[in-house]
Order: sequence, then C-alpha cells, then structure tokens
Amino acid sequence: MNATSLAEWSNVAVYSAMFALTAAFIAFAVGFAARGQRVLTPQRVAVGAGAPVIEAPPAPVAYPAGQRASHIGLALTWLSFGVLLVGLVLRGLWAGRVPWGNMYEFSLSSAAGILGVYLVMSLRRDVRWLGLFITGATLLTLGLAVTVLYTEAAQLVPALKSWWLVIHVLAAVICGGAFTIAAGITLLYLWRERAERLDRVTGVVTKLPDAARLDTLAYRILIFAFPLWTFAVIAGAIWAENAWGRYWGWDPKETWAFITWVTYAGYLHARATAGWRGRRSAYISLLGFASFLINYFGVNLFVNSLHSYAGL
Amino acid sequence: MSIDLETPTAREPGGPPPLDTAGFLRWCWRQLTSMRIALILLFLLAIASIPGTVLPQRGLDPIRVTDWIEGNPTWGPLLDRLGFFDVYAAPWFAAIYLLLFISVIGCVIPRTRIHWRAMRATPPPPPRFLDRMPGFRTWTTCAREAEVLDKAEADLRARRWRVDRGPCWVAAEKGYLRETGNLLFHAALIALLVSIAYGALFGWRGNVIVREGTGFSDTLTQYDAWGGGRLVSPDNLPPFSFTLDDFRVDFERSAAQRGAPRMFEADLSVRPEPGAPTEAVMVRVNEPFSVDGAKVFLVGHGYAPVLELRDALGRVVHQDGVVFLPQDGNFTSTGVLKSPDATPSLGFQGLFLPTAAVDDVRGPHSIFPAPDDPAVFLSAWAGDLGLDSGVPQSVYALKTEGMTQLGLEALRPGQSWDLPGGNGTIAFVGLERWASFQIAHDPGKEPALISAMVALLGLMMSLFIRRRRVWVRVADEGAGVTLVTTAGLMRSDEGEVSEDVDAAAQALGERTLA
Ligand code: HEM
Repeated sequence: MNATSLAEWSNVAVYSAMFALTAAFIAFAVGFAARGQRVLTPQRVAVGAGAPVIEAPPAPVAYPAGQRASHIGLALTWLSFGVLLVGLVLRGLWAGRVPWGNMYEFSLSSAAGILGVYLVMSLRRDVRWLGLFITGATLLTLGLAVTVLYTEAAQLVPALKSWWLVIHVLAAVICGGAFTIAAGITLLYLWRERAERLDRVTGVVTKLPDAARLDTLAYRILIFAFPLWTFAVIAGAIWAENAWGRYWGWDPKETWAFITWVTYAGYLHARATAGWRGRRSAYISLLGFASFLINYFGVNLFVNSLHSYAGL
Repeated sequence: MSIDLETPTAREPGGPPPLDTAGFLRWCWRQLTSMRIALILLFLLAIASIPGTVLPQRGLDPIRVTDWIEGNPTWGPLLDRLGFFDVYAAPWFAAIYLLLFISVIGCVIPRTRIHWRAMRATPPPPPRFLDRMPGFRTWTTCAREAEVLDKAEADLRARRWRVDRGPCWVAAEKGYLRETGNLLFHAALIALLVSIAYGALFGWRGNVIVREGTGFSDTLTQYDAWGGGRLVSPDNLPPFSFTLDDFRVDFERSAAQRGAPRMFEADLSVRPEPGAPTEAVMVRVNEPFSVDGAKVFLVGHGYAPVLELRDALGRVVHQDGVVFLPQDGNFTSTGVLKSPDATPSLGFQGLFLPTAAVDDVRGPHSIFPAPDDPAVFLSAWAGDLGLDSGVPQSVYALKTEGMTQLGLEALRPGQSWDLPGGNGTIAFVGLERWASFQIAHDPGKEPALISAMVALLGLMMSLFIRRRRVWVRVADEGAGVTLVTTAGLMRSDEGEVSEDVDAAAQALGERTLA
C-alpha cells in the first residue's frame, strides 16, 4: 500500500465511523423515546424493623422494542469506535508519527476520546440512555473535523517531537472526552433538576434519570478526569521544560489549562461546601468545561501562542 | 452522601464580626480559612489569570506590549500602571494566591490535628437503629454470639479494617487514607509554591545568539538578554563556554505545511571550564545539554548575511556576518549594520529574504525559509548614528534622526553596490546561519516536580479511597438461636457501602430467608 492510499483509507475509515455513528444515534433516539418503562432492578422488601429481608425475585425481563434499539445503538457505537481507531492508526502510519499534529487529527482523537470514555462507562453501568447525547456530540465533533478542520497530514514541527507530547496529549484527549460527557450530563441534570423543583416532571424529562443520579454520575466522571488533567498538565510542564527551558511560562495555552484546573478544583470544593452543592456546583463545572473549550479551540485558533500549531 | 462532620469542612462561620479586636481578628481568621472563602479565592485566581491571555505580556512579547500601549493612549498607560501587561507578577495576582495559600495552611493545620486524633480513635459503636442504614440485613444462626463476633472481627481485620469490639457488636472502619491523601495534596501544593518561589529567587536565564563558527562564554556581558532572581549574583555564573561549529536545518518542501521546520540541530564544542578539554555535543530542540548546573536549549535560528563595507576612503570597515532576526515563518528577516568608524559614519537597515519575491501588496518578502534564492534589500544612511549620546541603543534598530538617506538597493550574493555620492561600497559576499540558545538554571524545578507528583498521589488517594463503616450486631433470640444484623455507612461523597456489608455478611455465612 503506498502512502497516499493509507491516507485515503484513513478518510474512508473516518467516514465509515461517522456512518455507523449516525445509525447508532438513530437507534439510541428510538431507545430514548421508548424509555419510561424503567429497567427493573431487584427490590429489597423489608418486612418490619429487624425482620428478615426478602429479596424479590427479579421480574422476568422481556426486552421492549426501545431497549432492543438502544442495545443496537451501543453495539454500533463499539463498531464506530473501532473503525475510528483504525482511521487514526492509518493516519498516524501515513504521517509516521502520532495522529495529533493538527486540529483535524486532534478532533478525531477527541471524538475517539469521548466514545472511549463512554464505552468504558457502559461496561460498568447501564448508560444506554446517555448514548443519544454522546453519539450526537461525537458526530458534531467529527463533522466539524472533516469539513472545517481537515488538513493534509504532514510531519510535526521539531518542538512537538517528544514522548512527553504523546503522553500529554493522550491524557488531554481522554480528559476531553470525560469533560464533555460530564458537561452533557450536567446540562441534563440542570434540566431535570428544574423540572423536579417545579414539580413538572413531564414529557421528555421523564425519560431522564433522577437529578440526584445525574449529579452523582457527573461527579464520578469528574473525579476520574480531574487527576488525569492534573497529570496532563504536569506532563505538559515536563515537556515544556525540555523544549523551551522553562516548565511554566504563562503562555496562553498553559494559562487556560491552569484556569480549567482551578475551576474544576472549585467544583470539587463546592460539592463539599454547605450551600454550594447541587445547582451551584453544576454551574461551576460547566464553567470548567467552558475554559477547557476555550483552551482547545480558542487558543489554537485566535491567540498567538507557542502552542499554536493548529495548522489550519 | 455525607459530609464529614468532624472536620472543618462543614464549619461555616456565620454572623457578624464581634466588636473587640481579638474577637474580630479571630473572626477574620475563621473567615479566611473557611471553605467558602477558599472557593471564592479559587474563583478569583481563575478570573485573574484571564487578562494575561488576552493582553500581550512583557515576559512573552515585550514588543507587542509597547505597540499595544502606543496604539491605546488612554487605556494603555492605565493598564500598564495596574500591571496588566505583567499579570502573573502583579501585586494583585500575588495577593490572591498568597491569601489562598494562607487559607490552605490555616485549613490544613487544624484538619491534620483532627485527623491525627481520628486515626488513633476506635470506630464508634453501631447506632441504635441499623435498619435505615445502607446494606442493612439480618438473619438468624445457630452459632453462639461470641463465635459470630470473633469470626466477624477476624474477617474484618484480615481485610485490613480498623475494628473495635463491644459486648454485642463489632464496629469497623476503613479508608482513613482518604483524608491523609487530601491533607497530603494540600500540603504538596504549598510545597509546590515554595519550590517555584525558590527557583525564582535563585534561578537565572539568559538568551544568546551565536553565529556559526563563533563562540560564547558564560558571562553576563555576552548575553543578549539575561534575567536572574533576586538572590543570584551575576558575577558567579558557571564558567563554561562553547563554540557553534555547525548548524543544520531542514524544511518541509511538499505542499502540505510547506515551509514548516522539520529538523534543526547544532554541533557544539563545549568547554566545561577554562582550560578543560572540549567535548563535542549535538543539541536539538527537546534535547538540551547540561553543563555545570545550567541547561542549554536550542530555541531558534536565522540568517546572518556576510556584508563587506568599504567607506569613502576605500578602507574595509566591516567584513562579517550580520545577524538578521526572522519576522515570519518564511524567514523574511530584518537587520541593521552600524559603522561608526566609517568616514562618514554609515548605517544600513536591511531586509534579508532567503527565497526572494516581490509583489505589490507585501513588497519584498520571502516565500520559503531555505536560502534557495537569497537577496538583501538595503537602505543606506549617512550621518550621526547617535551612539555617543550615552543612551543605550538596540543593535537591531537604527535611529535615523540626524542621518540622511543615501538610497535603496537589492543585492544578490556576490553583488556589490557603490553608495551614491561616493560614500563607499557595500557587498553581499556570503551567508552564515546563527542559532539562538536559552541557558537556564532553575534549582526549584526538581522540588517542584516532586511536589507536583506528591500532590497528584494525594489527590488520587483523596478521590478514590472511600471512607466507610461496617457494623455487625448480635442478639440472643433464645433457644440457641442468634440474630445477626449488619449494616454500613458511607462516609465519603461517593460510592456504595453495601458491597462491604455483603462481604462481611458472606464471611459470617449469611443465610437469607428467601
Ligand atoms: C490552592 C488552593 C486549593 C486547591 C487547588 C484545592 C484543591 C482541592 C481539591 C482538588 C479537592 C478535592 C479532593 C477531594 O474532594 O477530596 C479539595 C478538597 C478539599 N479542600 Fe481544597 N484546595 C485548595 C485550597 C483549600 C483551602 C484553602 C481549604 C480550606 C478552607 C481547602 C479545604 C479542602 C477540604 C476540606 C477538602 C475536602 C473536601 C471533601 O471532603 O470532599 N482547600 N481541594
């Protein structure tokens, strides 16, 4: 296979992944619309204080059409993730380096990051209801990548050739996926929480889990992402020390990474501060995500920074 | 979901301040070390960092700062006075993080004391009613009470729970390292700040441009720019020196990202101290070399056209490479040659183009960074260079007040130009390269890295370890039957304790009456 065809195959893989993802999106949409019959979990029935507990036998589970649809959606998401990884690997092989040398490749990697984090979550708990939003966000990212951000591959500029870059960006990409999912869940939380507060849980809102569950889920994702982000920043500092002779220089990209970190630290604090749990801490975590986005898009595109290697 | 009531976490100072001085000070301290103020200070820190990413900063780009101030005569000087062009060194920025760190210290010390006591205390006995607790379950067995408790205690201890035993109960707690990790994290942040401050006080950094074939020795006068901490003596820099023997660059030639640098590396001969033998060293981006506690980084490169200047009397007054500074990615470069010794004094402003092109919009500019078709555009001036005024001048700028322009000319390699009015001759005789180096010494960076790693470790302990309790209670039901009850309590923000209770129950051979 010659080099050009590697690149073309990479593009084919990316488009195929988008195709599978679109199908997954539709399947999840069907599944989401059919929600309402709650997934049955074994119920414990306490028969009076101190009395023996009787485990109710699990009700026979017949899959309603909606659940089958979201099963299919999950399977298609796995497929799409696999194909996208193939696309990334081919792209990397073509360019002879890791596939995150410009915004196009970075967006593909971010999309893979979102899908990867979601799929790992799906191994541990039932998050099919979330699939609609995940596949939607990923499709948007990929769509942007192939239309606006597409760049012919080229090698990295010398300052980007380092193992620390690989580690730093890999961590940042996974964090990006986790931050995105957490922000999506937080938005759903705010929606649901408002409905619960106003006692208006009707229509689409009924299909979402309880506000408390959404809040906890977002928190669990963020306590995974926050140390990883800390690590990404440290790895970046080590890289900067090697490339530029200082580990921290308040370059705009570094500063926004710091702002993101401080804001998420604020979120974690808020959750432990009386009067700040719930909605207020949710807003703070959204601010954290906003600064992550500014760091990712804003600084690469608009600000004159040592890190401006967007190659648009 | 529980907030730990034994730590100051939940302590929220409310109410107005008392009026006497001591009471007021105590009130202030309690405010400062409260979670709410910590939260607000974190917020302020994030917000205060933003202007430095929007406005140009002295430390990164002093020229753009000057331009900005000149372009905004109302706001520029005002923002300058308020430190907005040096945000991360501004007093108000320092005030925020110092307050934050005082707050951390004020927060960590009492929490450490409380945690120290908690680590040695025994787990509390079970509450009277366990049936509302998570993981609650109960069953009967024929084993004796003491037997059940022995078994429960042995099992929990084997799984490294801290266990206490009462007459008819066993209480166990686990996950103390969560709070330890949290304290470690906050303490490591303080250590990080101290390391950074230490590096800033005792570290130094300088930049120097070295032409191919020339050398550098580590003394203050040889630097183009040098900055050091307050406690550094610039007279005692490590006495190494080096020469730049060869410098190689390579640029992308294919259409995609044409002109992007692909490789640059420098061959140096380094002499660690005067009189020592030289060592051959190759330096690349990302591959600095260390000498005598300092690290030498390759940070940039450019061209130095070799210009030969004869004055009106026919004397050679200059014959050397002149460093031109790149202005864009294609190395359109500007430079200045000043010759006070010529008769008359001569000055040249120059534009060097490695691959020359001229168009109506941009004028002369370079279209590729490699020297495929080099040209120098020179503007010649005669008269007073202003070097005697005592005011230091940049070697990269020509002050043309008091000078008269002689003319403009474009030269290709090998060409020369007879200056109008018989003022001399200038020739473009060759091309050299230069490389710029950053030489840095930061004694705080290893402590900073260690602090950061410890902080990360503490953070992970604090977020992933779950603090929880499990209780086992027994009651004699008569007729040799013992009623066993288990329950748990999650003391962290997240997670389920029921698995732990399940495990404890299983170890006791629980039989449910299903
Ligand atoms: C440099 C500033 C600070 C940063 C970056 C920071 C960061 C963090 C982070 C990331 C956590 C999450 C760990 C966890 O949830 O267990 C945390 C927890 C905590 N921080 Fe800070 N902190 C700072 C200052 C402070 C100050 C000044 C206080 C005292 C008022 C404080 C008290 C606490 C407490 C009590 C927790 C535990 C919360 C819990 O139980 O979840 N922190 N901090």
